[in-house]
Amino acid sequence: MTERTFNADSVPVLALGYRFQWEPAQDCYVLLYPEGMVKLNPAAGEILKRVSEKKQTVGELIAELKAAFNGADLDDDVYQFLEEAHDNDWIRAE
Amino acid sequence: MTTTGSEQNKAPGSTGGEMGLNARNNIRQPLWLLAELTYACPLQCPYCSNPMDFANIKSELTTEEWINVFKQARAMGATQLGLSGGEPLARPDIIELIQEARNLGFYTNLITSGIGLDASKAQAFKDAGLDHIQVSFQASSEDLNNLIAGTDAFQHKIEMAKAVKAAGYPMVLCFVTHRQNIDQIEDILDLAINLDADYVELATTQYYGWAMHNRDQLLPMKEQLERAEAIAHRYQEEQKGNMKIYYVVPDYYEERPKACMNGWGNVFLTVTPDGTALPCHAARDLPGMELPNVRDLSIREIWEDSNDFNRFRGFDWMKEPCRSCDERFKDFGGCRCQAYMLTGDPAMADPVCSKSPDHHLILEAIERGREEAAKPAQEAKPLVFRNPKNSKEICGS
Repeated sequence: MTERTFNADSVPVLALGYRFQWEPAQDCYVLLYPEGMVKLNPAAGEILKRVSEKKQTVGELIAELKAAFNGADLDDDVYQFLEEAHDNDWIRAE
Repeated sequence: MTTTGSEQNKAPGSTGGEMGLNARNNIRQPLWLLAELTYACPLQCPYCSNPMDFANIKSELTTEEWINVFKQARAMGATQLGLSGGEPLARPDIIELIQEARNLGFYTNLITSGIGLDASKAQAFKDAGLDHIQVSFQASSEDLNNLIAGTDAFQHKIEMAKAVKAAGYPMVLCFVTHRQNIDQIEDILDLAINLDADYVELATTQYYGWAMHNRDQLLPMKEQLERAEAIAHRYQEEQKGNMKIYYVVPDYYEERPKACMNGWGNVFLTVTPDGTALPCHAARDLPGMELPNVRDLSIREIWEDSNDFNRFRGFDWMKEPCRSCDERFKDFGGCRCQAYMLTGDPAMADPVCSKSPDHHLILEAIERGREEAAKPAQEAKPLVFRNPKNSKEICGS
């Protein structure tokens, strides 16, 4: 396990050149970057939607997701996805 | 981009399986629209991917016609738009095209030599919504760069790479490598580091059109590639998390062909300056193409119904050894244009494949390049530069 980039106080932001949007033709959220595209599954889409919409801490982001999804226990999933997204250079921590 | 051999979707990502299939006839939607806005270009690179007869192709699409193409492709689900050429900045309406494309939701990529760009334009394009500018270099030294480009461009390119970064874009540099510049790979990467680049694409010359004409002068030798690859990998490690380096091996040195265009008529759509729609930018030269034009047909008709786009879709068109090969789902039999250029039949296996009965053609081309490289400079064949004069001389007018 490599060192973790994110904690409750870090602010995840999209990396330079990355754009997040809904794609009706794909029926999913996507991440667009120079000459490429990543199709996101629904969970990844919900997280990155909140990363791209406004600057907030991981703690705030998780609270927002919990409110939207009936208090589900999703802390670990969010951290795991953020680390993965960071390893892929999709996001960085501010 | 048109000279690079990069993939359309570099990261596989968190995908939910086979999305985007058209249920009716198993045709996917186009994801990539390459808009070759013009064949005009101030450079004369001898490996240019434009057709050799470009000088005879007149009648560029108008602003309205291009916007109509963008709208149709976007409605079908295309997300990536490459604004290319020639030199796309030679179009006086470039800013309007960027703005329309961005408003439609495209990720907009400007593929430029940097000639015609200045700091205020880089900023104006940003304000219009441009997502990404890729600046191409021909080499890392002024002399070689200008020799290959056929014009005095190097210092300006350096300035433009800096201007792109200053305007808030990621800095994406593309170097097209070949025998005459690949030994400079360390200098190339050091230049990219000094410029604080975010991405460097060490693309390989693709041997079509002008590059095919100049192949004996451009094809690198095996020992050059081995050295370059080792250096590229070392820099990849050193620059991890800082600068992303894509290194592409020329397919002539592979045992299996590239998955050209990710499959014919699968994700990629090129529209040329005169409105011809092609499954790849080199396909114009294949025999028996009907060359549908966006002035006559909708993008949907062209993509779904035209003979050109259906010709090599799927696997039924294949001959042996591809037809019964397990790897056909991965590489689609390689490149149709390369198969045609080398064997005379576009339905043959790409001769790059070591299973192809024509693989010796690749080995012989490598050998000819080596013989040519060993000649003293005054006996070597000169490079033929991509310009209107040579185009007309070679192809007639």
